[in-house]
Amino acid sequence: MTLSQAALGELAENAAAADASALERQAARTRWTLLSPSLVILIFAAVGPLIIVLVYSFLTPGPYGGVVWSPSLEGWFRVLLQRDIFDDSLRLQDAHLTILWRSIKLSFATTVLALIFGFPTAYFIATRPERSRNSWLFLITIPFWTNLLIRTFAIQEVIRNEGLINNVLLGLRFISHPLQLMFTDGAILAGMLYVYLPLMVLPLYASMEKLDFRLIEAGYDLYANRFQVLRRVIVPLVKPGIIAGSILVFIPSLGAYVTPRVLGGGKNMMLGNLIELQFGQGRNWPLGSALSMTLLATVMAALLVYVRFAAKSDATGHG
Amino acid sequence: MKWTVTVAALSIAALAGTPAALADGQLNIFNWGNYTSPDLIKKFEEAYKVKVTITDYDSNDTALAKVKAGGHGFDIVVPSASFVPIWISEGLVMETRPDQMENFKNMDPKWVDVPFDPGRHYSVPWQWGTTGMTVNKKVYSGDPNTSAIFLNPPDELKGKVNVVPEMMDVINLALFYVGGEPCTSDKALLKKARDALLAAKPNWLSMDYGNVEKYAKGDMAAGVNWNGASFRARLQNPDIVYGYPKEGYPIWMDNVMVLKDAKNTDNAKLFQNFIMDPQNAAMISAFARYANGIKGSEAYMPDDMKTAPEVNIPAAFAGKGKFSLTCPPEVNELYTAIWTELQK
Amino acid sequence: MAEALASTGRPFSVRRQTGFTAIAVACFVMLYMPIATLVVYSFNAGVSIAIWEGFSWRWYQSAWANDQARDAATRSLVIASFAAVIATIVATMAALATTRTRPYRGLTAVYALINTPLMVPEIVTGVALLIFFAMIKVATGYSGLAYLIAAHSAFCIPFAYLPIRARLESMDLSLERAAADLYATPWMTFRRVTLPLLWPGIIAGMMLAFVISLDDVVITELVKSGGQDTLPTYMLGQLRRVVTPEMNAISTVFLAISIALVTIFFVLNRRSA
Repeated sequence: MTLSQAALGELAENAAAADASALERQAARTRWTLLSPSLVILIFAAVGPLIIVLVYSFLTPGPYGGVVWSPSLEGWFRVLLQRDIFDDSLRLQDAHLTILWRSIKLSFATTVLALIFGFPTAYFIATRPERSRNSWLFLITIPFWTNLLIRTFAIQEVIRNEGLINNVLLGLRFISHPLQLMFTDGAILAGMLYVYLPLMVLPLYASMEKLDFRLIEAGYDLYANRFQVLRRVIVPLVKPGIIAGSILVFIPSLGAYVTPRVLGGGKNMMLGNLIELQFGQGRNWPLGSALSMTLLATVMAALLVYVRFAAKSDATGHG
Repeated sequence: MKWTVTVAALSIAALAGTPAALADGQLNIFNWGNYTSPDLIKKFEEAYKVKVTITDYDSNDTALAKVKAGGHGFDIVVPSASFVPIWISEGLVMETRPDQMENFKNMDPKWVDVPFDPGRHYSVPWQWGTTGMTVNKKVYSGDPNTSAIFLNPPDELKGKVNVVPEMMDVINLALFYVGGEPCTSDKALLKKARDALLAAKPNWLSMDYGNVEKYAKGDMAAGVNWNGASFRARLQNPDIVYGYPKEGYPIWMDNVMVLKDAKNTDNAKLFQNFIMDPQNAAMISAFARYANGIKGSEAYMPDDMKTAPEVNIPAAFAGKGKFSLTCPPEVNELYTAIWTELQK
Repeated sequence: MAEALASTGRPFSVRRQTGFTAIAVACFVMLYMPIATLVVYSFNAGVSIAIWEGFSWRWYQSAWANDQARDAATRSLVIASFAAVIATIVATMAALATTRTRPYRGLTAVYALINTPLMVPEIVTGVALLIFFAMIKVATGYSGLAYLIAAHSAFCIPFAYLPIRARLESMDLSLERAAADLYATPWMTFRRVTLPLLWPGIIAGMMLAFVISLDDVVITELVKSGGQDTLPTYMLGQLRRVVTPEMNAISTVFLAISIALVTIFFVLNRRSA
């Protein structure tokens, strides 16, 4: 190659590179233009206000609600500790801890029960013949798309003192007085399980649909019994579905508000109710903001665990 | 093109917030739940061609918090007498001078010069009543006329007691029970009341507001309740009785006020005048079954209200009731602290 | 294999697990029983929601005559329509910008931002919007439906995004490249090739967003101003106070709408699959 040819070659290369980077920049600009409406809406109506909540958690409560713009750590302090109004002694805020514990306990129980009931259901749908599978999916999707309030209302009508369960038990003379099922932790658990079960079934089904039954058959060929096949072959294969479903049930349960409000009667509060209380009768917006941030942090922690788990199960390979 | 115009027009209509209805005006009422007669509202709507919306709250605190937060969109609010001075001093309500309105002459003189709104410059009475005990006689046949029903429940009632989430009423009842008076600044007595409430709470079923039907259906067997709500429960279930705590019980009155940042001030003032008419006041009472502050309305009220023990305080307990007024700020702070401790 | 046949009397199937079918059927029954009870009692001639007194349409008539309920229902539909359309348009654009591209700077952050409403508990968003919108309401004096529409659009975006993205990912890029080879401008390619292929995903996203918006209780309850009840917030108020079969009637109508939407969704999916 002569010098001029090399120079020409280099020029052409540079031109091509310049063209390419111009195209890149053009592509990037189009991308960000396309993204801007969603970013704007989300920042103003989803993420941005969270920053305001964070700020509010460091302010002083106003006398009848609202805040006074003077910094204070009272809000965060009151999340876990309290000062006795009469003798100024410092104590643990046991009411808050009870509510936090109840929220975690009930969410965890809901997730586990959803898994116990949801796994066979998803498996059942996944093993139906192709023709009827869609109908079963249709049947499980309808409750999912039904309004949360309607489903909570439906459960209330079943468990209340004059509801279905009590009427049947009284009619069959198993009991002589109606069982107090409403306004208990159990009622909230039943309500949440009822509401979130489809959220467990759908991701599980998505995983199970892709199950290669030849692997299962192989398990049987190797003299495994049904339970061993379940434990050693099926469960590891659908682990992504299990994890996704668990997250989809655990996180909304943790922040549940409507179900404990309707079925818990104002006395069995969960974290969501406690937060709302501070913005109403509790008249302590900074505390409510601090509690909101706590809830958010717990949820983020749960999500991080999920991401870690999911990454690990991908990495180990025999997923 | 035409499609775009239609969409734009619809958007503007939706964003303006008013439904494209037949009414000329609007009125947004913020009132206690299950407390406004639908017949009264219909009559008002037809008389003045106004569309009325009702949003409800279940305690004085909730109402105050919501309005103080700002941007609420309400025109009328109906707080209890003990909260009225707070609303006035916080600058949240408009001085509409009901005492200069046409129907003012119908107001019962004893409710005109009240300590919380002397001469009625801001408020109009909605209804008044007492706070006491609702008990289902089939579950517990003992004496319902005592605050021990919720502060020290008998075995049959343990775990079946409901307490309305209204701070002033509940704390005042507890104070009466431990031998004190409402708005006392005696810290020892307040502490006793707080301890009594906290000790009793595990025996409660719920702290729920909307409970006429729940008492009637047996979801709740007893609890702190207002006389009218108890009356309505009895109408559905004859086993329900209303008890006047012999240790002492609060008397309250809810009052209609116009909010300072109301958008429909004229309609709001019309409403204030409207409910001072005896027939309309009777409609209000007939729905929620409480007494009202307008003279001459008894003639239009349902017969069962004339003899009901819930509305006509029996002589034995007549002196034990005390009208709830606003406590001094320091005491109010202590009340709030006790209440928030109890809430959790 | 022979032993297996002998023990159960049924041909062995690798697909069957002990007890699973029973639990699954029980699940379906439990899921539908409360809803079925609700629907059945909406036709109750009596006043009770638990004691049957004969068949009647009266509660549907009284629900229709219930101005507040009708008002709330209309408002729900208006808000849901606006929110679904806005969310879908915005989500389509976002999906186009985040799918089938090489990873670029900020992609993970954008992805996280789009999915924020799915991760943040509703009560926290609701409380945050309560504070934020209250400030704006006091400052501007405007308190119409725009706040609710904005809030609903925001949390509907991820729900519209997911089906569109899924559809986009499964689309064959070669068709669009072919269009480009035939001298089509990017806009023309989008309008004539991408959009029609993407359409089922867009419709799915819009319907999902519509249902999610119709369904919302918590955020609406906290953000709404006077007289701005949606159907769920109206029902929440009624649930805690007076419960007559009228509520059952309203719920049944609501349920019917959901079922209709799900059916359309399934039919569309089957047609395009």
